[in-house]
Amino acid sequence: MFAQVYGDNGKMKEYHYSGPVEHRFSPYSFNGGTVLAVAGEDFAIVASDTRLSEGYSIHSRDSPKCYKLTNTTVIGCSGFHGDCLTLTKIIDARLKMYKHSNNKSMTSGAIAAMLSTILYGRRFFPYYVYNIIGGLDEEGKGAVYSFDPVGSYQRDTYKAGGSASAMLQPLLDNQIGFKNMEGVQHLPLNQEKAVQLVKDVFISAAERDVYTGDALRICIVTKEGIKEETVPLRKD
Amino acid sequence: MALQDVSGFQDTPMSHMWNTPASLSGSVPFRCDNRHTSLSSLSTSSSPPTRRPFPLSHGTTTLAFVFQGGVIAAADTRASCSGLVACPSAQKILPIHSHLLVTTSGSGADCMLWERILAREIRLYQLRHGRRLSITGSAKLLSHMLHPFKGTDVCVAAILCGWDVEEVRVEEFKGQRVDRMGSGRDDSISPAKRPIEETVMSTSDACSQDDLTDCACERTRHAVTDVDLTRSPVRDRCGPKLFYVCSDGTRLQGELFSVGSGSPYAYGVLDGEVRWSLNEEEAISLAREAVYRATHRDAYSGNCVDLFHITAQGYCRRDREDLREEYHRNRERVLKRGKEESEEDKK
Repeated sequence: MFAQVYGDNGKMKEYHYSGPVEHRFSPYSFNGGTVLAVAGEDFAIVASDTRLSEGYSIHSRDSPKCYKLTNTTVIGCSGFHGDCLTLTKIIDARLKMYKHSNNKSMTSGAIAAMLSTILYGRRFFPYYVYNIIGGLDEEGKGAVYSFDPVGSYQRDTYKAGGSASAMLQPLLDNQIGFKNMEGVQHLPLNQEKAVQLVKDVFISAAERDVYTGDALRICIVTKEGIKEETVPLRKD
Repeated sequence: MALQDVSGFQDTPMSHMWNTPASLSGSVPFRCDNRHTSLSSLSTSSSPPTRRPFPLSHGTTTLAFVFQGGVIAAADTRASCSGLVACPSAQKILPIHSHLLVTTSGSGADCMLWERILAREIRLYQLRHGRRLSITGSAKLLSHMLHPFKGTDVCVAAILCGWDVEEVRVEEFKGQRVDRMGSGRDDSISPAKRPIEETVMSTSDACSQDDLTDCACERTRHAVTDVDLTRSPVRDRCGPKLFYVCSDGTRLQGELFSVGSGSPYAYGVLDGEVRWSLNEEEAISLAREAVYRATHRDAYSGNCVDLFHITAQGYCRRDREDLREEYHRNRERVLKRGKEESEEDKK
């Protein structure tokens, strides 16, 4: 820690002027937001907050980060909003192309594999987006695929991404994964309990993370379709 | 050219670098999009590359060694990302085909994608040439594919572990071999005449008979089921193989490798114990112990251990084992040993 407080010339980096600094234009910016996805036996939930911020300002209180891709798949993208928008446009176009060539919709697993190659295509100038795909697989079971910004992905049962992910992931490990708990009955998650858990978890995130808040948008994916719910959160 | 100067286009090898990963996205209709990205990226390539605002995942312990019963490959399952555990159950050993595994280390996305590309290329080779690419060939292929990215921050350090099954017992074919020397590809061996070893080998290898023509006379002993327990056949064309391929251009063949931030600890355990003559349980428990010790000492390795064992019949996978229990068992062992020693001192 001390190495970062003092610069090379012995001056404290935060309080003393240590010389001229050249600021380069950075094509990235961080717009905040948290995304969460949970997979159940026959459902999947993708939830995100709706705050769009930059630095100390809030650009919008109604900018949800879940995007519907097909009838069985929803993607949540957080990070740099410009890249999120472009990426979802590219995914939509590729979905349409697939539908026209193959006469069927892409499955969740196929969308995940395709997204991995799209992201890696920009390996040296990446999309600054943390993606989580939630949906139903071919057998109707819930599936969650989580990505890193350059395309490495993995199928999970639950995952949190975005600015409050470090706070939410341990909580999910405990409540859904029952990790490191002794003598606890491992009950499978049903839909009502999962939705309530997601709401509680986001309320906690809004308390402690400045980039998360305003409202919570929940998309519940079942074989009947996609249902959306909006829940208010702290606006401060 | 005037337009070239105005747009800052540089026809350097860097421009090829941008094309290769983009071609993975399949048929992209946004040609104008691609051109924009390649132009903008080319102009940034002349200045220092855009600094990424996020870290990529790194940190691991993987190891592999050869012994008389085949190849053992083991790895931990923690994917970390600058201090945060991005995934506690990543899979770091990826099977390419029934007789080849690749262990991944370095940046998670790079390893995942490059191994997917390697699997595709090996499969295409098999379809085009009618025989499976050897482990040596696969290592060379991966190394040459990664070479254009030397100097960039693609970080792949893989161990290719496999078993070459192209060998056939030559004596039984001697009569037929002379006839077939000139004919190159040979698909006229009737199934009845195939030696028993063939059926033991992987079933998809009908094509391994092609190697009769280059299966020269010096090979009289290397039927796969007939491994000499006292000698190491690693330098021969068939049998277990281990290659270390790195994105900085290294390609090494060996009998023991460990890669990653936890590798010094794993080497410490392995160097003391690995011998050719280990039996299967000893080898498996040694690999497990090495990963356990590395996860204990290295912060970036942890969670579970994955173990694979490759033989002439292909690979088999042991169940993923959580090392948390191992810590408790180890503690009890240490306590018990302490108690026994104090009792002996008392006597």
